Amino acid sequence: MPLDASFVGRTWPARTYRVGAEKVREFALAVGATDPVHTDAEAARAAGHADVLAPPTFPVVFTWEATREVVDDPALGLDFSRVVHRDQSFELHRPVVAGDVLTTVVSVAEIKELAGNDVVTFRCDVTDPDGEPVLVSTATLVGRAGEAS
Amino acid sequence: MSLPAVAVGDELEGRPVTVTRADLVRYAGASGDLNPIHWNERTATAVGLPGVIAHGMLTMALAAQFVADWAGDPAAVRSFSTRFTRPVVVPDDDQGATVTLGATVKAVDDDGSVTLGVTALGPDGKAVLGKALAVVRAR
Repeated sequence: MPLDASFVGRTWPARTYRVGAEKVREFALAVGATDPVHTDAEAARAAGHADVLAPPTFPVVFTWEATREVVDDPALGLDFSRVVHRDQSFELHRPVVAGDVLTTVVSVAEIKELAGNDVVTFRCDVTDPDGEPVLVSTATLVGRAGEAS
Repeated sequence: MSLPAVAVGDELEGRPVTVTRADLVRYAGASGDLNPIHWNERTATAVGLPGVIAHGMLTMALAAQFVADWAGDPAAVRSFSTRFTRPVVVPDDDQGATVTLGATVKAVDDDGSVTLGVTALGPDGKAVLGKALAVVRAR
C-alpha cells in the first residue's frame, strides 16, 4: 500500500528534551568517546563549554524518539516492523551540552516509492528556548514491501 | 585550536574498531534503540538477517568519533551524513566484528572547514557506510 503523500510538509507537535549530564556520559561511554569533555564538567568548562559536551550523534537519543512517534502514526501507513534505516544526517549549528533544553519539531520532508518500497525522509528541527536553531537531523527510512500488502 | 593541516586528496590514517554483543547492548540502553534485531538472534534471523546486527547509528557514532579524534576537538564536528549500505553482523563470541574506519580529504574551504569522505569497511572488507561525509571546523 503506497504511503499517504499528503503527509509531505506536515509537522507534528513539538517535543522538549532536557539534556542530562549522566545521559551524555552514558552515551559517550557507549560510542567510545573518551575525551573527558564528555564526562567531566571541569574539563568541559576548560574547553569552553557550559557543561559536559554531547558527542556529535547524541541528538539521535531525542530526535529518534520524536520521529518514532510519527512513524507509528497509523495514518502514515508505515509498518515499523518492516522498516530499515537507510540514511542519517546531522547538521549542528552549535555543540549540544548538558543543561540544554531542546525542542524538536518533526516533519516529513519527502515520500518516494522505490522498487515497490516506501522511502520516507523525516526531518527534525531542534531549537533552544529562544527559538535559535541548534541542529537539524534527517533520517530516511525504507518500508520494505510486504508479501500481502 | 586548529585542525591538522591537510590538502584535498590526503588520506587519514585509518583505525579498526571492534564491536561485540556487549557493545550493542550498551548502545541500545544509551540510545534508547531497543530493537531486538540488535541483541536477539531469534528476532534477527526471523526477519531474514544472517544474525544480530549492529545499530547503524552505532557505526555512525564510531565513525564520528574517529573524525572527532582526528580533529582533536569533538565540538569541531559540524555535520555528518551517511547511508547505511550493509549490516554489520556481530557474532556471539568475545571477538565481535571489526569495522575499519578511514577518511579522505574531499575539500578544504576558505573558512578552514575540512570536508572528509569517511569510509567504514565491515569484516569482509565491504563498505557498511556509503556517501559518508563529515564537515569539521575549528572553533
